[in-house]
Amino acid sequence: MATAPTAEAERPRTASDKPVQNTRNTVRFLLGLEPVQVALDDPNLTLLEYLRVTARLTGTKEGCAEGDCGACTVLIGECQDGRIHYSAANACILLLGMVDGRQVVTVEHLADSGPNLIQRAMADQHASQCGFCTPGFVMSITALKLSLGEDAAADLPDRALIDENLAGNLCRCTGYGPIIEAARQACAQPLPVSWQAFSSTALAVLAGWQQDPSALHCQGRRGLFAAPRSTVDLLEYLAEHPQATVLAGATDIGLWITKQGRQLPVLLYLGQLPELKSLKNNSDTLEIGATVTIQETQPVLAALSPDLARLLCRFGSRQVRNVATVGGNIANGSPVGDLPPALIALGARLKLQGHAGQREIALEDFFVDYGQQDLLPGEFLASVIVPLKNDIQFYCWKVSKRFDQDISAVLGAFAMQIETGSVQRARICFGGMAATPRRAYHCEAALKDQPLDRQTLDRARDALERDFEPISDLRASSGYRQRIAGNLLEKAFLSMTGAQPAELYDGFLAPGHSHD
Amino acid sequence: MVSSHPATAMTDSSQIHGTPGQALQHDSALKHTTGEALYIDDLPEPAGTLHLAPGGADSVCGQIRRLDLSAVQSAPGVIAVLTAKDVPGTNDISPTHCGDDPVLAESEIRFFGEPVFAVVARSHREAREAARRGQIDIDPVEPVLTIDQALAAGSYVSEQQQLQRGDWQGALQHAPRRILGRTVSGSQDHFYLEGQVSLATPGEDGGVHIHSSTQHPSEIQHAAALALGLTDAAVTVEVRRMGGGFGGKETQAAQWAVLAALAAVTTGQPVKCRLDRDDDMIMTGKRHDFSSEWTVGFDDDGRILAADIHMASRCGCSRDLSDPVNDRALFHADNAYYYPAFRIRSDRCRTNTVSNTAFRGFGAPQGMMIAEQMLQSIAHQLGKDPLDVRKLNFYGKNQRDVTPYHMRVEDFILDELTEELENSSGYRERRRSVDEFNSSNTILRRGLALTPVKFGISFTNTALNQAGALLHVYKDGSIHLNHGGTEMGQGLFTKVAQIVAEELQVDLKTIQITATQTGKVPNTSATAASSGTDLNGMAARNAAQTIRQRLTAFAASHYKVLESEVAFRPDRVRVGGIEMSFADLVMQAYLNRVQLSATGFYRTPKIWWDPNKAQGRPFYYFAYGAAVTEVMIDTLTGENRVLAVDILHDVGRSLNPAIDAGQIEGGFIQGMGWLTTEEVVWENDGRLATHAPSTYKIPTCRDRPEHFRLQIFSRGENQEETVYRSKAVGEPPLMLALSVHQAITDAVASLINEAELPHLDAPATPESILAAVDARRASTTP
Repeated sequence: MATAPTAEAERPRTASDKPVQNTRNTVRFLLGLEPVQVALDDPNLTLLEYLRVTARLTGTKEGCAEGDCGACTVLIGECQDGRIHYSAANACILLLGMVDGRQVVTVEHLADSGPNLIQRAMADQHASQCGFCTPGFVMSITALKLSLGEDAAADLPDRALIDENLAGNLCRCTGYGPIIEAARQACAQPLPVSWQAFSSTALAVLAGWQQDPSALHCQGRRGLFAAPRSTVDLLEYLAEHPQATVLAGATDIGLWITKQGRQLPVLLYLGQLPELKSLKNNSDTLEIGATVTIQETQPVLAALSPDLARLLCRFGSRQVRNVATVGGNIANGSPVGDLPPALIALGARLKLQGHAGQREIALEDFFVDYGQQDLLPGEFLASVIVPLKNDIQFYCWKVSKRFDQDISAVLGAFAMQIETGSVQRARICFGGMAATPRRAYHCEAALKDQPLDRQTLDRARDALERDFEPISDLRASSGYRQRIAGNLLEKAFLSMTGAQPAELYDGFLAPGHSHD
Repeated sequence: MVSSHPATAMTDSSQIHGTPGQALQHDSALKHTTGEALYIDDLPEPAGTLHLAPGGADSVCGQIRRLDLSAVQSAPGVIAVLTAKDVPGTNDISPTHCGDDPVLAESEIRFFGEPVFAVVARSHREAREAARRGQIDIDPVEPVLTIDQALAAGSYVSEQQQLQRGDWQGALQHAPRRILGRTVSGSQDHFYLEGQVSLATPGEDGGVHIHSSTQHPSEIQHAAALALGLTDAAVTVEVRRMGGGFGGKETQAAQWAVLAALAAVTTGQPVKCRLDRDDDMIMTGKRHDFSSEWTVGFDDDGRILAADIHMASRCGCSRDLSDPVNDRALFHADNAYYYPAFRIRSDRCRTNTVSNTAFRGFGAPQGMMIAEQMLQSIAHQLGKDPLDVRKLNFYGKNQRDVTPYHMRVEDFILDELTEELENSSGYRERRRSVDEFNSSNTILRRGLALTPVKFGISFTNTALNQAGALLHVYKDGSIHLNHGGTEMGQGLFTKVAQIVAEELQVDLKTIQITATQTGKVPNTSATAASSGTDLNGMAARNAAQTIRQRLTAFAASHYKVLESEVAFRPDRVRVGGIEMSFADLVMQAYLNRVQLSATGFYRTPKIWWDPNKAQGRPFYYFAYGAAVTEVMIDTLTGENRVLAVDILHDVGRSLNPAIDAGQIEGGFIQGMGWLTTEEVVWENDGRLATHAPSTYKIPTCRDRPEHFRLQIFSRGENQEETVYRSKAVGEPPLMLALSVHQAITDAVASLINEAELPHLDAPATPESILAAVDARRASTTP
């Protein structure tokens, strides 16, 4: 972690003064294999607008401009440990400054001397009707294909993996069957040789750029986009621009721009800060850097509990999980973020860093009220520390109208310490039940030192009424939320007593009596 | 894994590539996948293109007191701001010209978000930013938002309609058994992936050319002409393809096209109007939600004796297509069942919400849901399997075959089709296994249902059942195909090209598919009512036959053989003893001054409708299908999963099994969305709460079960003389998804042995399922 800032960092500056030296004022990236440099006139420019309007690459479509339909899916190539790693992202809410030093691959780049194997598979399977979502699907299937092993035949994706990769692409025409088949067909074939050449050419360029230590500092007529490369620099920027918007994955902030019509004059992008990207697995804690993506954190958190694994596979969509960060899911202060209730139940703490140094707080204390977090001016969220305990039983369930890429009506997380049939201690947290993710203290108290029986459940359920007064909104009524909170507690009880049957969403298999 | 799609038929050398019956790719399939297929927003913009964004009301209803657009005017990049005053012609885009759908609101706001002004700016973003700055003050009045409020206030867009036959009152009164029920189905947003978009370019003589993503170019042409004070002939509308339509671009594309045209004529520059998704969802109409009450009388076997159905729908603030939508709901309140005596009434409620419109099924799904709930209720009360009660009530052959609108059902095939599906899906066996599962599980429960579909094909407005086509054959033998139908993904262009290929026996690649354009084929009907292929395919066939006849006559006289000795064979023409290529014959015909361009026309025969008597034959024929769906619900949360779907659907003789299968599967999943996850939520103040995919949830690929067996009914053949005896396929499969809702209801019902069927509104969200579960469990509490 960075040391505390020096006094010098706090000296007053003039507006023209850059707080960080050795900067670059143009965004530099590969568009396909073409190196591009863009002087950002507007830091809020989205990648999609750049692609469609400036680069005239119109194969990438705008369906919703909020990262919920996948029609604008592109691949972002990034150089990691000397290899190029591709992931799918929604171009509509990715800001152009975020692709600095990376490669952007659109559907136009895939067709080589004709449609490639994925494009042909989609056509063979009759997987397009109106065709508007099709380029997005092609890109998501490409990302899936690239994530598999070299041996195409041996590493065929199962249905769940296909769903995890494609559920962020909406299709209104086909009913998806042919698209799923196209994904299977494409994944069964080896990658074309031309892809190898394409990606290694890109890698060489990106690796070269990686050697350049200059940090992005784009001052345009409509504002500043800066991507500091150390936390020291970040603190300096924060001191310089106390009202700056700190940007990580932009899966929320992107919508402020595209949906709320806000103009964000100063954007400080955290994606070039290696210190915030680390994931440390200590013996008794897991420390997750603030900009570790949901996708990167999936294996470690999934290992903690099958319920967490299920929660993470339906967090946003693959395109969202690839860029959304653990820190962002916390720092945006949403009452319905998917991670906070689970992390609070697990007893997670936050490391916050500012000019005055570092402090650590319990995650639940970060959420002060709706839209209000315990984050001081000039301070940023550095990491989340999750204690690893063997003596708890952990359960969490998310209830929403749709399984994938939906916002919780209610999310309940239960960390229970059980000994000889009675509850020693319970940490219970809900999302969607209050203005912030909130612990159910009355319920926890009602459970403490009580036997796992019907009376305890009833009392604890009653206590939830004192813990929460949920609102009614488009996702659920107050009454439903309250009822679900109790029912999720009941599910936890059933699980603890071994009476919980298979989950509705367990596996994605045909019923036993299928007729094939 | 169980997943079946009709295998791709092989083309043998004795056939041309394109013959109807072949499972060919969509004509644009590869262009879709490479991104080369151009949608309107992808077209290179003409120099000087400006961008338009609508400015909507921030209130629900009342008279406009003050409209302050000074901040809009002064916003960066703004070129012009248009209001109703700037409309030189008629400020109305109502499809029935009844004057209740202004291009821009003049004095009154009728729903939240109603467009009041339009900003024209240098960029899309500047236009949108400026549009937020309008100040629209109104004198608010109490809105009428719901069906119940409208019924209480007597607020309707048009008169009540009813169908009636026999002594329904007496029959109900004397029926051994009676059930009273209520059927509620929600609205649905089309959620075409490509939002509404138009690009208008001013032309000579005050005219304008409009690219519009629309199912109805002729209506856009006429609406723009009226609004601009031009003749229809001065306006040309063109559409190559839409990124989805589903009924949402039938009338709802007009406003944006007319605004773009108005701005283009006003500024003298090309103007594009592309709606942002939120504006699109807020400002354009959706599926009508319905609330219906019914009484059904039946005997101890479950045979229906009489029904009294009162349906009411939310039409929104104007008539739009609400009359034909609700008429179709009336015409489908029987689904596949014979009602000996009945009264079916339909109220069309006027509400302060966006005007509801066409949506795949066009009222039929809502009407059919009532029939299906009645049947399920009857079966439940009698303790019978609903499938048996359904079969008992099916239309008969030559008896019990008259519909509520006095048309005889002459082509009923549901007995055979249902039996085949019952067997192929293992329905009875699965019923037992569902019961077995439920007997050992309290929290997770399964449900099963088989529901049939009978759907009437033709526009209920008889005049619309006509179509035109234009065929040019060039000297090199290549063919330019044009017709009045529009391509929205349904594969219409491919099917029509197959028909022309067959008639002229030329390979499909000889035929150039071209954009729909009002300058080529005039006075077209909307591509709607599933009729695209039936109408345009026949018109194109007619044009192709004209060409073939001319070529035959020419060849006979030129080569001095009988016309009967001229035969069109795959990729060649036999003339007496010699054979030549199609192109060679065409060149000969040209040199001998034979006309190589033809128009084609078609009007559907047999249909008529007398609205005064509510009698006639509104439909040329019926399309049929059936589906078995198995679901599982979690009774603690109300969440549900569709586990398995088996479909058998009738498309007559399929023109293209691959495209037909796509319509069937896509329709089913869209219907499943309507009945499960897709909830349109209105706030109490009249705001639409669900106006983007973040809040409005259409199915994702995970929601499509792995077990999805889809078969096209192999014995299908249209009794009527449709194009190659095929049947329409666009809408009917959507209603197969009623089986999803029925299966969920079945799962809830399984909780308690109780004669009354659980009440479950659609969409069956987790919340409404849990409410039904809780009500079910509470019903045994003494």
